[in-house]
Amino acid sequence: MRHSDHQTYPGINLGDIDPRHQQRVETAQFGFWVFIMSDLVYFGLMFAIYITMIDAQAGGPGPHELFDLRSLFAQTVLLLTSSMTVGLASLALKYHLGLGRVYLWLVATLLLGFGFLTLEIMDFMNMAAKGGVPQRSGFLSAFYGLVPLHGLHVATGCLWLVILMIQMQVVGVTDQIKSRLMRFGLFWHFLDLIWIGIFTIVYFGGLAYG
Amino acid sequence: MDDKHAMHARERSRYVRGFLFALALTLTAFGIGHLYGPQTPYVYLAIGVLGLLQLIVQLAYFLHIDRRRDSREDLDLILFSTMVLLIIILGTVWILGDLHMRMHMGMQL
Repeated sequence: MRHSDHQTYPGINLGDIDPRHQQRVETAQFGFWVFIMSDLVYFGLMFAIYITMIDAQAGGPGPHELFDLRSLFAQTVLLLTSSMTVGLASLALKYHLGLGRVYLWLVATLLLGFGFLTLEIMDFMNMAAKGGVPQRSGFLSAFYGLVPLHGLHVATGCLWLVILMIQMQVVGVTDQIKSRLMRFGLFWHFLDLIWIGIFTIVYFGGLAYG
Repeated sequence: MDDKHAMHARERSRYVRGFLFALALTLTAFGIGHLYGPQTPYVYLAIGVLGLLQLIVQLAYFLHIDRRRDSREDLDLILFSTMVLLIIILGTVWILGDLHMRMHMGMQL
């Protein structure tokens, strides 16, 4: 048995993957990190545009009329909790606590993701009802370029998770499935990191300087 | 088997502690934002610092990034990307903020 406490790879480590596959898994994992970092640069650009556009409200509705901090707080807690549940799912898989537990945490993650998306879409609809639509001002264009981009990532993550659970059901827990779950966990944690930037810069920053 | 059990407990408590830290930081940020309003001097600075702390907490507890040798490559990658990011963001804000000022549009950045 490999010494499984030794974390061969940061991110989520599933431990008892066949050593022959280990190298390949690590390469794939590192490649995924590279993808995530390039995605981060894309988000960074959208953040930069938003920061320069905070003032460009063109007489339209601004952050104080549009942002709902209570809904924002709920979204933040939902996403943060889902970041923990995906970690617990990977631990359940790593320590063979039974597929039931794995599914339990993955379904919890999925539901939290859906809850987040529901609240976010309701927010956008409320904003639109107050005249906060993308074409109203540069500020709103930048807002809708950034925040729904993150939402789109979360929605894609949900779809990915559904597909992954179907694959687990059909082919069982193979090394490949484990390695995919590792990457999914990485992606999901990354989305929570971006969200910290969004509520800090987009929402609080908008309220502070807008 | 017992060893494995203990290891599982340790790793699980790592996720739970990370979650509790992050939750506490989130609550504090929203709390002071709500109580004092982000426009009060230094409140936004505090919220920014709390956000930065939460980034570090999540990187350490959820993504297991630290200064150990086997996570060095990832740390390098993250630091390099962060540098690119800072050049892009600070450069944009600097240049466009300067342009704004020269055009007398009164951007408060």
